[in-house]
Amino acid sequence: MKHFGFIAAVWMSIGLMSCSNQENNPVEEKSFADHFSGTVQNTRVNTAMAYIPGGEYKPFYGSDTSLVKVEPFLLDERPVTNGEYLDFVKSNPAWQKSNVKRIFADTAYLHNWSSDTTLPEGANADAPICNISWFAAKAYAESIGKRLPTLDEWEFVAMADATSPNARSKSEYSDRIIDLYLQKNRQFNPVKHSPPNYWGVYNMFDLIWEWTDDFNSILTTGDSRSGQYEDKSLFCAGGATSATDILNYAAFMRFALRTSLKADFTVANLGFRCARDTVVHLNK
Amino acid sequence: MRVKYLVLCASLSIALAITGCKTNTEQGKSSVSPVDMVASGEPEVAELTGAPKVPAPVGNRQPKKLIVNLVTTETEGIIADSIPYTFWTFNHTVPGSFIRIRVGDEVTLNLKNEASSVLPHNIDLHAVTGPGGGAAATSSVPGKETSFSFKAINPGLYVYHCAAPPVPMHIGNGMYGLILVEPEGGLPKVDREYYIMQGDFYTKASNIKKGLLEFDNDKAVAEKPDYVLFNGKKGSLLGANMIEAKVGETVRLFVGNGGPNLTSSFHVIGEIFDNVYLEGGSTISHNIQTTVVPAGGAVIVEFKCEVPGEYVLVDHALSRAFNKGAIGKLKVTGEANPKVFNAKTLSKH
Repeated sequence: MKHFGFIAAVWMSIGLMSCSNQENNPVEEKSFADHFSGTVQNTRVNTAMAYIPGGEYKPFYGSDTSLVKVEPFLLDERPVTNGEYLDFVKSNPAWQKSNVKRIFADTAYLHNWSSDTTLPEGANADAPICNISWFAAKAYAESIGKRLPTLDEWEFVAMADATSPNARSKSEYSDRIIDLYLQKNRQFNPVKHSPPNYWGVYNMFDLIWEWTDDFNSILTTGDSRSGQYEDKSLFCAGGATSATDILNYAAFMRFALRTSLKADFTVANLGFRCARDTVVHLNK
Repeated sequence: MRVKYLVLCASLSIALAITGCKTNTEQGKSSVSPVDMVASGEPEVAELTGAPKVPAPVGNRQPKKLIVNLVTTETEGIIADSIPYTFWTFNHTVPGSFIRIRVGDEVTLNLKNEASSVLPHNIDLHAVTGPGGGAAATSSVPGKETSFSFKAINPGLYVYHCAAPPVPMHIGNGMYGLILVEPEGGLPKVDREYYIMQGDFYTKASNIKKGLLEFDNDKAVAEKPDYVLFNGKKGSLLGANMIEAKVGETVRLFVGNGGPNLTSSFHVIGEIFDNVYLEGGSTISHNIQTTVVPAGGAVIVEFKCEVPGEYVLVDHALSRAFNKGAIGKLKVTGEANPKVFNAKTLSKH
């Protein structure tokens, strides 16, 4: 009971922060998550989160008319960094590269690290962590009382450019992202060195691909009644038949990547950021 | 009504079966269907070549188990006149490696996406009977390798390409090549064989790297290419890169078209194709001047070189040849043959 009261109080305070964040000020998180650490520990949890009010949006895949509702949520203003992940594996030896269970991460997991607790030579501690599996990203998020964003949440935020929440109709929106996507080795650059988007969120496109909680839902849990999400529709010209915005080549690229992933995969330019529900959502 | 239909069908299939047997006997070949052919022995790694070279003919060999190793890359290369462009490739070249197999071969195709790639890639081989031509089975994120196996059951010259979305971009950046499935006993012997593949390229200046060209989506949608090229580079078959033959030799060109959009009107100026395997299939037409190579299609042309000289290979939609790069040359050396061609000019005195 006492415990419950504490949680409620924390959530309320988050809620207040969330409200004050409506002007796109990222929420500064204190040591809140320490109380939720459970069996996994993480000490560095001060990543600012942006309040995303949610709303209805048109998913890239689906029928033209069906809008998806995205509830308000909090999203890390930037990807999780090498330095933060190093702290995580120090506190959670099970996720060190020599200890990790093979079913949770393939052999390339942190393969370039000099040791279990040493970043790759020359790596920037402020660059995003890559070469981690979905299981690892999820464990990290849970260690600080967060979760991975859903695909819809991530794509909702990805609609924004610097000045508007939905820039999908601007021709330069997709072009700019593709320009970024075509650059190699961006993942070695530090976070927050490029301007934030409308929501105050950084590095949605310019550094890495990002895991989402349901990265492969387009294949497995889509609306099977309508048959619109059969995986074959993503390949060759079939990919065009169920996309709502056929010119959004950048979105095609993200979906192509996600549908090629398995949860134990680790990839050189694939990282993640965390999300969390807001009070608004929890009070329902 | 229905019974009548069935009877008709049955008699038709019997008739077809008889014709089929006859053909097989006539050609002195096995009557085993390609599906039932046995590929014996240990798997061998297939010989692959970059254009304009092709691997050795299959000849009379029996079906084999073959391993085809392809790597997908995203690399800067020269598209024309020292201008760099970000190509996406199979085995580092545009077009990708030429694969040469025979009917009945069992192929294990391994597709490795380079770790330094940004994007996922896959392969759809038009020579494959099965979902997506292998595309879904081979979708590979950077650093990963995928594999699938297939049995070649239809002879012909086929295009393969990356089918990862957005497909026009993957193809537009150069992700295509040819796979030849020879019939049992192989194609008739010729003296020279070459591999040529056309592609249309849509470019714009990169906003991020000065001087670099990259794919332009708007131009691709409008189907207005800046370059139409043989073998991925302006001049790839010109100057020191001309393909060659001698007078009296027979030449076979394996000509593919990756597209993504344009259909080629392939022509060799000053030659007539003695044989054209229409659309790369089994029907052979003769005495052809210009042959169509559809986007995502291929053709085999054969001719005998009778007269020395330089023969210009073009897409006869000539603005592409004259202005956009779709031009190459075959250099034929040897004795003049005035009976066929006499260039003597009458001089006034």
